[in-house]
Amino acid sequence: MSIYDKIFRPKTFTISNGKSVSQKRSRAPLAVVILLAMTILSVKITGFSMVVLTTRIKEFFVILGQMFPPKWDYMPSVWQPLFDTIKMSLLGSFIGSVLVVPFAMLASTNVIPSRVIVSLMRLFLSIVRTLPTLVTALIATYIFGLGTLAGTTAIAVFTFAYIGKILYEEIETVDMGAFEAMEAMGATKVRAFISAIVPQVLPSYLSNCLFCFEGNVRYASILGYVGAGGLGLILNEKIGWREYPSVGMILIALFVTVFIIETISRAARRHLV
Amino acid sequence: MNKRIETAYEARPKKWMFELAVAVVVVGLLIWSASGVETSGTTQNGGKIAMNILSGIFHPDTAMLFGFTTKGVPYLLLETVCIAFLGTIVGAIISIPLAFLSSVNLTGKVIAFIGRIIIMMIRTVPAFVYGLMFIRVTGPGAFAGLLTMSLCSVGMITKMYTEAIEDLDTRILESLDASGCTTWQKIRYGILPQLLPNFASTAIYRFDINLRDATVLGLVGAGGIGAPLIFAMNSYRWNEAGAILAGLIVLVLIVELISTQIRVKLTRG
Repeated sequence: MSIYDKIFRPKTFTISNGKSVSQKRSRAPLAVVILLAMTILSVKITGFSMVVLTTRIKEFFVILGQMFPPKWDYMPSVWQPLFDTIKMSLLGSFIGSVLVVPFAMLASTNVIPSRVIVSLMRLFLSIVRTLPTLVTALIATYIFGLGTLAGTTAIAVFTFAYIGKILYEEIETVDMGAFEAMEAMGATKVRAFISAIVPQVLPSYLSNCLFCFEGNVRYASILGYVGAGGLGLILNEKIGWREYPSVGMILIALFVTVFIIETISRAARRHLV
Repeated sequence: MNKRIETAYEARPKKWMFELAVAVVVVGLLIWSASGVETSGTTQNGGKIAMNILSGIFHPDTAMLFGFTTKGVPYLLLETVCIAFLGTIVGAIISIPLAFLSSVNLTGKVIAFIGRIIIMMIRTVPAFVYGLMFIRVTGPGAFAGLLTMSLCSVGMITKMYTEAIEDLDTRILESLDASGCTTWQKIRYGILPQLLPNFASTAIYRFDINLRDATVLGLVGAGGIGAPLIFAMNSYRWNEAGAILAGLIVLVLIVELISTQIRVKLTRG
């Protein structure tokens, strides 16, 4: 950004004792120009139009209106997929968050002195993180067949990537005194990691896992769209048949479930941290 | 001395009942959830399919990857970036009033709770349901994708904005008040400098996520790179899927690098 300072020279003030102080020019104009240019380009490409939005927005509420009142009779056949969704996200979150621990350990600079291993691990975690969950789920359905196993795999991969980044950042901020002391006494790296670092990161790690699980329950409902089991399966089916009252019922069930899980997990997290 | 340490160690708070109970519950839940895993059983040639996918992904369709037509990866990526960008901006604008509504320190407990319920409702509806609703409004295409994306971002953005508002340092406002500032001056010099970096940082973070989630829009035909990707995968054209995925991964990595730097600058002031 030093080019910016050369074009727009910093303002210089002379204080009463003869010293001069320079204040850098605000970056705001540059940011505004970039934002405006991006916005104009985006409006052009996506065909955003306020006119369409204001005149036709009532169409948005047509389907929403048809969902209410929901079809309460449909509830008995929602239970099974609903529980499938919860099971999928629970098991997936668990597998993902346990598997990632050694990888996160290898990706933190204070535990592993070798820069090569650390950067390789970080690159690996970043690439896994960029894989869209839907794509993972689709690939999983090709490998494991349609069903909840594919959904569980997709959620595990997502959790792996998400927790991995948070965990290695967490590990890098711990107090290294105990770790060094244990190494000096002849403990292996893994032993020292388990005894000295794990207790320090455990509360926030568990809290993040719970938070991820909350999000996964919500996310798992999308995965059914590609045949990976759970609520998305029947949601997709009912939308296809335009049975919007049933869709409303599914959404209400999902809302209540997410609300309960969030309340429990929030209480647990408050207990942890 | 050693005796005292030992007695102190013996008298440490013992929570094993509680810990055992938590462990039993967690293990029970895991066993229960393992019972739900099922598959329709095409596992026998799963390995072969996996190999096909991998070879396709590592031999991307170069004509598509570097083609500058509207069907080439560069244009699709540009469209996706535009959808994510405008979607984030619209989402951030919708979030501002909602965030002020659901901040406990401004509106009180009851209204804030109602605000939180509204946000949870918005968040619960899956993206493809919104996509479907918006396609009625605008017809299929990038515009519908943009609106879907903005509504999907509202949940997280509002939550983080609310936290920023609840963390506002009110002593600054009091001192501005004491020195005789008008309401507008208080907003300009007391509130905006506290909120803007936070708000901008949240929006940039969400832009990252939106870029990653853009594939979801492809499900409902709402523009961007998702639709070609899903089509290619559904018809087993792994070379095309590989080309698109390669482009997407590189783009997301670059954007993440840039946005992390901007956010670090913003938080350090």
